[in-house]
Amino acid sequence: MTSPAIIVDIDHLCTCFGRTVVHQDVCLKVAQGEILSVVGGSGSGKTVLMRQMLGLEQPYSGSVKVFGVDVHRSKRHALQEVRNNWGMLFQHGALYSALSVFENVARPLRELRTLPEHVISEIVLLKLHMVGLGPEHAVKMPANLSGGMIKRVALARALALDPKLLFLDEPTAGLDPDRSESFVSLIKDLHANLNLTVVMVTHDLDTLFALSGRIAVLADKRVITTGSTREVVKYQHPFVEHFFLGGRGLRALDALAEQEKTRP
Amino acid sequence: MLDHQPPRLQLPSSANAQRIAPTGSWLVQSLTPKSTMRQIASELKRYSPEQMRNFEWDLREITHLDHIGAQLLWSAWGKQRPASLHLAPMHNTMFEHLEQIRGLALPTSSKPRFYWISQLGEKVQGFAQHIQQFILLLGQVTLDLLRLLGNPARGPWKEVSANIYRAGFQALGITALVGMLIGVVISYLSAQQLRNFGADVFIVNMLGISIIRELGPMLAAILVAGRSGSAITAQLGVMRVTEELDAMSVMGISQGFRLVLPKVIALAIAMPLLVIWTDVAALIGGMIAANLELGISYEFFLLKLRDVVPLANYWIGLGKGVVFGILIALVACHFGLRIKPNTESLGRGTTSSVVTAITVVIFADAIFAIVFRGIGILS
Repeated sequence: MTSPAIIVDIDHLCTCFGRTVVHQDVCLKVAQGEILSVVGGSGSGKTVLMRQMLGLEQPYSGSVKVFGVDVHRSKRHALQEVRNNWGMLFQHGALYSALSVFENVARPLRELRTLPEHVISEIVLLKLHMVGLGPEHAVKMPANLSGGMIKRVALARALALDPKLLFLDEPTAGLDPDRSESFVSLIKDLHANLNLTVVMVTHDLDTLFALSGRIAVLADKRVITTGSTREVVKYQHPFVEHFFLGGRGLRALDALAEQEKTRP
Repeated sequence: MLDHQPPRLQLPSSANAQRIAPTGSWLVQSLTPKSTMRQIASELKRYSPEQMRNFEWDLREITHLDHIGAQLLWSAWGKQRPASLHLAPMHNTMFEHLEQIRGLALPTSSKPRFYWISQLGEKVQGFAQHIQQFILLLGQVTLDLLRLLGNPARGPWKEVSANIYRAGFQALGITALVGMLIGVVISYLSAQQLRNFGADVFIVNMLGISIIRELGPMLAAILVAGRSGSAITAQLGVMRVTEELDAMSVMGISQGFRLVLPKVIALAIAMPLLVIWTDVAALIGGMIAANLELGISYEFFLLKLRDVVPLANYWIGLGKGVVFGILIALVACHFGLRIKPNTESLGRGTTSSVVTAITVVIFADAIFAIVFRGIGILS
């Protein structure tokens, strides 16, 4: 097998909410090991697209296959297998507020019902350590955590089962620049170490340029173009021009070019 | 795409240094089947960590390895690398990660020595706090009411009317149904007893007094506490969770004036109306049952009702309605504003709100019964 396997395969997907059409004929493929970012204006259906991949929304027509399994029309057993192989970082963390940090991260491990307790507690500590949280935070409740810590715990929970596919919804929204920076490098490390495939929705241009291997632009209810940063920026479309070639976009692009120059 | 070879591990029968080569995929997904996990775990437990470390470990035949697979081996080795270990470079990172957390342990909390005493103290303190906050809320509502009387035009009338609609109008169906059924039940029960004494006509006295004075207000109050009390608590609780309450404070919108007061006024208006409505429904139910069981005609029932139930009973029933409405609204708001921003607190708060509201209402009813014991009952 020469080309990497297709992990996510969205095929002619249409989504409607009542009479509003959100996606029309969206086609998108995510290959093993890449970091794909989905960008688009507010209300362009980025998050909905991600929710479609997770099987949280029903398509009007078309299909979404993850690991070759149709996430909307498959048996519970097959879906569970898929769900054990992906992790999702929700925008606001979506930690279980009634459970401590430790129990939140342990939840996916406990759901398997076979792992011995000592393995679970070691793995939880390991995952918390990987996202930069010490064991002293493990007994805290989510209500007592700062926004950045919630994101980290949520990432640790998403990584609990060593997923092959990681979904990130606005991973750096609400973090200060320093924290976003370390979050980005954390995800980069994990991607390099664990052979992760990452699908990300983000507004933050720095995060976008720093992380993505490929960018998919969502506008006019469809994916208008996909490709590397350079390719996407050249695409002729009013949204692309506003998004990437506005003041902030140019600054971020400059920074990217700087980085590439200094890198050996 | 997700299929993997199951993990395999075969340990030698004697502890002399030998080569061990686990194979297959050591991923959590392939380890989770119960039989696999049990087999691997029992193999790993056969020797002590020291003995395990003396074997020669060759992990190069493992196709996939994740942290959980690595962790199983790692604990079997006593959290140290064995003297002789061969592994693929990409799998090395897993063990590096595990090495990094070797010294870390969960903080343990031990129970203090006089745990139950401190627990008791906390309970008492919590109760005192409830009382204190309830009195504060009562004071706040009184102040807000004075403010409203000072400038009625700027009152939160829209909120009041919305609350009357939700707590009053939308409760008409359920109160009528429950009231009617209770009327039927009481009428049937007492009809049998009264017939034994040949006192059939007294059914009107019994139904009239008990429903108008006691049951109507109680039924309405219990239903409203369950319906609107829980809704108010949950609404305020969710507003706390979503920080809407904080947003109101920041804008300088008084929570007492805009949230608590409208609900208190609305329930104080809606409850007596619901009480009358429930009374009517229950009396109709009782009247129908009396007609069927004892053959008392509707005309006779209605005429007799006017004579045997003094007007004071209506006033007592209405007064109860007002007081119960205010109490339910206050209790619901009290618990709603105490909710902390997490789901468990929301659930607990709503439960205690309803239970407390009903208890408080029954308590108030007992006080009514004592205070008005000589009024409105013909002897």
